[in-house]
Amino acid sequence: MDTAFVIATIGRAFTAGTPLLLATLGEIIAERAGVMNLGIEGMMALGAVAGFGVSLESGSPWLGMLAAALAGISLSAIHAFVTIGMRAGQIVSGIALTMFGLGLSALIGKGYIGRPLQTPLHSITIPGLADLPFIGDILFRRDPIFYFAIIIAALIWIILYKTRWGIAIRSVGENPLAAETMGVDVAWVRVWCVLFGGALSGIAGGYLSIVYNPSWIEGMTAGRGWIVIALVIFSFWNPLRAVVAAFLFGGIDVMQFSLQSLGISPNLLRMFPYVATIVALLITSSSITRRHISAPEALGEPYQPR
Amino acid sequence: MFGFSVRIERCQPASTTLSIVIILSAMTIGLFSAAALFVFKGFSPLTIVSKILTGAFGSRFAWMETIAKAVPLGLVGIGLAVAFRGKFWNIGAEGQILLGAVAASGIALFAAPHLPDKAVLPMMLTAGFAAGAIWGVIPALLRTRFGVNEVVSTLMMNYVAAELVQYLVYGPWKGASQMGFPYSDEFVSSAVLPTFYGTRVAWPMLVIVIVAAFVTWFLITCTRWGFETRVIGENPEAARYAGISHARVTIILMIISGGLAGLAGVGEVSCIHQHLTTSAAISSGYGNTGIIVAMLGRLHPIGVLPAAIFLGGLLVGGDVLQTSFGMPFASVNLFTAVILLLLITGDVFLDHRFRIRRDCPASSTAVIAPSDSTCGGKMRN
Repeated sequence: MDTAFVIATIGRAFTAGTPLLLATLGEIIAERAGVMNLGIEGMMALGAVAGFGVSLESGSPWLGMLAAALAGISLSAIHAFVTIGMRAGQIVSGIALTMFGLGLSALIGKGYIGRPLQTPLHSITIPGLADLPFIGDILFRRDPIFYFAIIIAALIWIILYKTRWGIAIRSVGENPLAAETMGVDVAWVRVWCVLFGGALSGIAGGYLSIVYNPSWIEGMTAGRGWIVIALVIFSFWNPLRAVVAAFLFGGIDVMQFSLQSLGISPNLLRMFPYVATIVALLITSSSITRRHISAPEALGEPYQPR
Repeated sequence: MFGFSVRIERCQPASTTLSIVIILSAMTIGLFSAAALFVFKGFSPLTIVSKILTGAFGSRFAWMETIAKAVPLGLVGIGLAVAFRGKFWNIGAEGQILLGAVAASGIALFAAPHLPDKAVLPMMLTAGFAAGAIWGVIPALLRTRFGVNEVVSTLMMNYVAAELVQYLVYGPWKGASQMGFPYSDEFVSSAVLPTFYGTRVAWPMLVIVIVAAFVTWFLITCTRWGFETRVIGENPEAARYAGISHARVTIILMIISGGLAGLAGVGEVSCIHQHLTTSAAISSGYGNTGIIVAMLGRLHPIGVLPAAIFLGGLLVGGDVLQTSFGMPFASVNLFTAVILLLLITGDVFLDHRFRIRRDCPASSTAVIAPSDSTCGGKMRN
């Protein structure tokens, strides 16, 4: 294996991992506030078609990304209304959201099938660093959304662990009653976190149709939304671990094509992330590790103010 | 900000009439509001709804197609109703269907030639039930032994099952006679379920669905296990104090839930396809649609049956939208999704009441007032 091949493979792993990372970060924020949103697949699909459509019509991939974010926000607003406003079950609502997003994106995207996107996002070359041998090509000549995702990951980590907002978000997810007693508005914190998660999922979808594969294909999210649910657990609800986990899973995504040529069934390889998630869940759920890395205590529970 | 705030409070559960009103309004409003989205494609909502309804229920043929889809939906829905009653969020029906299909195909492809003809179908049904049940019991064990969240584990196992099917039909089980298509060889005739003449409705499956509905109804209402399931579902704390074994109850309910989904998988491969095919073709989202069936049927095994016919009709209507208007089949998801969202939103009215109160002049506003302090505004330290 020559260096160019290795660089190309790692680069593709980063590209495949970027949408996973964005959506995972969004879901981490929502789940940290106690709201599980299983609608990621739907939000990504709608984000992908909105992003593609707007990029195509306006000629600006940036407007497309904005549209993708708005698409994600509007779908997640439904989830916020149904689960936080009306206190319906988060699981069923999330699944309905996924079906809605997949259905609506298929309907909207019908006219876009087979049309190429002429205006992709150009990659950014970071002066100086880009000329470093090996890592220069891998890390410093990438598309802007890749950097955006990394920055967002760091920001979320800082917000969660170093600011008052973070304390509010985490306390709402762990013990909403106590949070409320401390003067935190549980419902609004949850709403903002869900909307923020929706925006990131939408951008993740937009990334798929604008950067990763500049075109629209029905069902192009291909189950990534569910991988994200897995990644949240895999990274133990920590945004920095999410960076590692997302690019690792991106690598698996890329590897399946390389390993296929060696005669290893891609289907068996594709099982790996799912099985690994169950194992990760097993580890996080066992009593020894539970205190440090378990799920937010109030995750999935509608909050009933007294 | 608005001068008033809305409080949602718990109250006594409302009547069954309201419950039925909510179901029917969710169905009607859902149908029309989802159809309204087709305006952007230049169709009037009325045309869309009438096309779906006639496509699903307009003729004998339409009815038969609807029932052919209602059968797997009914089996999955009954199983999910049981699981949800016991507060076990089985999102894994899709995988359990696929495992049932794989097990039945295994029998049909490899054991059928060595078995007496009469034994093949019963063997396939048993194997399918068992495989679905095993796939369902794994997350039940993970949950009760190790505290693993079942939503995620069942979700993940769907994908493991789907990849397993893909592996089989593209790999070792790929049929030599299928000209490169990802199908297994055709089943021998003893492994094919008999149908009503000229339809795709396998009558044994229809019998199984109806029997399953009544048997689970009996189990839920008249047995100790059923009682324990309901206690766990309504008040897990009370169940623990009463000494009810959460593990035992959950495992039994997942044997039923997974097993019934497995049976649905048997019906799909043995009657509709008559070979093992790709995962997406075996179950076009029956696992998720089954969730709606269970919810619309109010988690009642008998109530699930009409819900399954309605959703089956909707899926057939989706086919019609595809063939007559060229709409993508996935757009049928809009209807199911909107109906489900309306239903769970409407259900809040069952045991909550809404109170609108004026804000005190000084307080800030929250849509849902977080506390019962003096004037429904934000409480600050």
